[in-house]
Amino acid sequence: MKYIPTIGIECHVQLRTKTKLFSEVDNDARGKEPNSCVSPVDYALPGMLPRLNGEAIRLAILAGRAMNCEINASSRFDRKHYFYPDSPKGYQITQFYHPIIGEGWVELPSGERVRIEHAHLEGDAGKLTHFDSYSLVDLNRVDTPLIEIVSMPDMHSAKDAHDYCKALWRLMCFAGVTYGDLYNGNMRFDVNVSIAPEGSKELGKRAEVKNLNSFRSVERAVEYEIKRQSKLLDAGEKVIQETRGWNDATGETTGQRSKEEAKDYRYMPEPDLPPINLSQEFIDAESAKLPMMPSNYRKKFAGIIADDTLEVLLDYPSLMSKLGEIDAKYAKNISNLFASVLLAEEKSAEYLNDLPTAAELSELAEMNDKKELSSTATKEVFLRLFDPQMKGRGVKNIAKELGLVQENDLGALEAIVDTVLAKPETKKAQDDFRAGEEKVIGFLVGQVMKESHGKANPSAVQEILRKKLK
Amino acid sequence: MKTANKTVTATRLVKDALEKAKHFEDYNIFTFINEEGALKKAAEIDAKIARGEKVGRLAGVPYALKDNFLSPEGETTASAHILEGFTSPVTATAVEKLEAEGAIMIGRTNMDAFAHGSSTESSYFGPTLNAYDKERVAGGSSGGSAVAVALDIVEFATGTDTGGSIRQPASFNGVYGLKPTYGCVSRYGVVAMASSTDCIGFFTKTPDDMSLLMSVASGQDPKDLTTLPDYYNDSEIKKAKKIGIIKDFYLKDSEIQKCLEHKCEELEKKGYEIVELEMPALKYALAAYYIIVPAEIASNLSRYDGVRYGFRSEKSDNLDDLYKNTRSEGFMPENKRRIMIGNFVLSSGFYDAYFLKAAKARTLIVKEYEEAFKKCDFILTPVAPNPAFKLGEKVNDPVSMYLEDVMSVPLNLAGVPGLAIPAGETSNGLPIGLQLVGPRRSDKSLIEFSKELM
Repeated sequence: MKYIPTIGIECHVQLRTKTKLFSEVDNDARGKEPNSCVSPVDYALPGMLPRLNGEAIRLAILAGRAMNCEINASSRFDRKHYFYPDSPKGYQITQFYHPIIGEGWVELPSGERVRIEHAHLEGDAGKLTHFDSYSLVDLNRVDTPLIEIVSMPDMHSAKDAHDYCKALWRLMCFAGVTYGDLYNGNMRFDVNVSIAPEGSKELGKRAEVKNLNSFRSVERAVEYEIKRQSKLLDAGEKVIQETRGWNDATGETTGQRSKEEAKDYRYMPEPDLPPINLSQEFIDAESAKLPMMPSNYRKKFAGIIADDTLEVLLDYPSLMSKLGEIDAKYAKNISNLFASVLLAEEKSAEYLNDLPTAAELSELAEMNDKKELSSTATKEVFLRLFDPQMKGRGVKNIAKELGLVQENDLGALEAIVDTVLAKPETKKAQDDFRAGEEKVIGFLVGQVMKESHGKANPSAVQEILRKKLK
Repeated sequence: MKTANKTVTATRLVKDALEKAKHFEDYNIFTFINEEGALKKAAEIDAKIARGEKVGRLAGVPYALKDNFLSPEGETTASAHILEGFTSPVTATAVEKLEAEGAIMIGRTNMDAFAHGSSTESSYFGPTLNAYDKERVAGGSSGGSAVAVALDIVEFATGTDTGGSIRQPASFNGVYGLKPTYGCVSRYGVVAMASSTDCIGFFTKTPDDMSLLMSVASGQDPKDLTTLPDYYNDSEIKKAKKIGIIKDFYLKDSEIQKCLEHKCEELEKKGYEIVELEMPALKYALAAYYIIVPAEIASNLSRYDGVRYGFRSEKSDNLDDLYKNTRSEGFMPENKRRIMIGNFVLSSGFYDAYFLKAAKARTLIVKEYEEAFKKCDFILTPVAPNPAFKLGEKVNDPVSMYLEDVMSVPLNLAGVPGLAIPAGETSNGLPIGLQLVGPRRSDKSLIEFSKELM
């Protein structure tokens, strides 16, 4: 039988605030000792009360606006209770009843929209590492601010799911609300998949695959689930509603616990935090800080930057933002340098956070335009702009120091050509060319280039040679 | 209250208090005596005085700290087994403020474990005895603090009042006890019972002492987002004219009722008008309280799991057992009762029927107080339906124990301040307390007005 899959996705985004959601402890625990970024509030000593990080509210507004969502003027926190050592308080502070971010939508590359049901702020849990007879608890991640984005079940294929996650990732990165490091769990996806026979009005029972942290694994997990569930239904069996885990090595999902025995989280309004009341002025002012989003860039660079180049660069907000600063006439040139030179570099990740200025890049593109730099020389100067030793020296100076500025002065070029033609070793080549041997022109150009120490513009040289050898 | 000076040194004051504490040891008032720490601080203050330096408003004043206030001095256990061995690395805001003015903690006082109770009989350390009759309860939950002040061991003691835990023991022991407006004193660093009704307050021997302590301890605290903007020191004392009494709280054939009526006559003689109030929503207060408060208790007590601090059961060989055994052995029966009620009313399917309904009743009660204070300036009521009862009398009857709170909990639900004042004695010599209730933020006027009833 043919089945129609239906997919909804919950995505947790770690916000890049300086401090945690409910305490003043450093939120960036990368490379730090376990349990070193933990305050008495996160550690849940008796009598500790949550504070509220205003930066998280601001970032939530940006995240919401990036997804075309309503921002709720009044929202509040609730407690979600469960016992586990990753949750020192015995509850997670979340927004169950009144989330800060309301309905919105995310557009896929296909042009289709996935509706956002809501998104809420909450504190992350700690991390457990299990060993044979014991487990280690690291509370550094406790109460890192998260927004959980809940989509409507608007996706119907593994590709949709993949594209949605990627689109969401780009939106969050461009909005600047997260570091977006998937490998380190900055964004995690829970994917709900169900299938129903074609034409059926009711949705099937769904399985939730939790904690996926790459677009590829989202896509593969959905593909696997569709196959698994189809096989069950074809065999006359039932899909049970359950949580499943994903194994990236085997490419399979496995059942964890069924929802029938699901925990009762005993939600309760958080009495230690007053409601968040935002004025429309504040929401508007914060929303106005939303930077250009991928869709804005697509519009801006349509017909300027090749589509495939643009799709590559849209994974790098800092590159797009730099391109946005550069005069449109140079954008194509620089976008090619970004896509084919910079991203090919081993150190590109480091470079991304420390790009040359728009003025430097424009100057470089201009020199290339005026043929002062060959395309090879342009690439070389471009890379030097990232070199800590060369930085800030000025594009022209770097090009000169490296001896890369091309000779375009026709008078000077003619003189060099004459010198070369006067040399006895070129005599035979000159005769051969005149006799119709086209390809020896290359040899002659090479001689001139050599004489000019590589500074001559080869196409100009060829032109002069042809004229002189008529 | 007596503060230290050149002739009466802080060391003298502290030594006296420590001696008295020892003398009254059989009352089981203290869970920890801070002899070394207190004497060290006293010496520092004396040195300051000797050098002619400025000292705080509470310089050298010995005080008793309820065992649910966090400070690095002594173990903070909230008189609960499950917190045994816990020494806090942080200090409660209220303690910081008192100590900054030179007050010296000489001991931690006994309480019902986690402040669940009205008699201090639910303490892991056993009951505290009533200051007037050793066969009777101290009241609770802040029983140790009330008796420490009543026996004149200390000048004042801290308390917490979630549903009468300051006012009832104050009335059982004949001292002043204030539950301030919710949010007036920071809760930071005080072991939470029910976050939306917990209030930090004091036991004193005079209204003036109470006012001084409030001017020290009150104020907005960035560490407690439910604190109100500072108002205590700036609030003007409002002259009262009309005093309300609540018809619904009439106690038939009661010495407490007679005492209340007598006080009303006195007030009328002084020119005050007595206004009878009908407050029918108050009859829902106790039920609403025993839904909302256990819910918050169940939640606030979830952090006591034996994983990070305090007591951990030795018997467990897996995580679930660790939780179950630690909590089964670490909590008192009353703690468990409230955890179970709380989790029940929050569980899915019951939330709307219980918690949400109670929250609505709470809104009605808030409104009823607002209406009442349009008709009068303050309200005078009994604190509890009875004076101090016998030890063991209500231990096996939780509901009658909960009924102790019937007149005190409406204030906690409404967030309004209440001051328990000593108002007389029963024929067999037990103290009778009455409570003065004011609108939110009227704490200072309330304390001032209580002098009219001395």
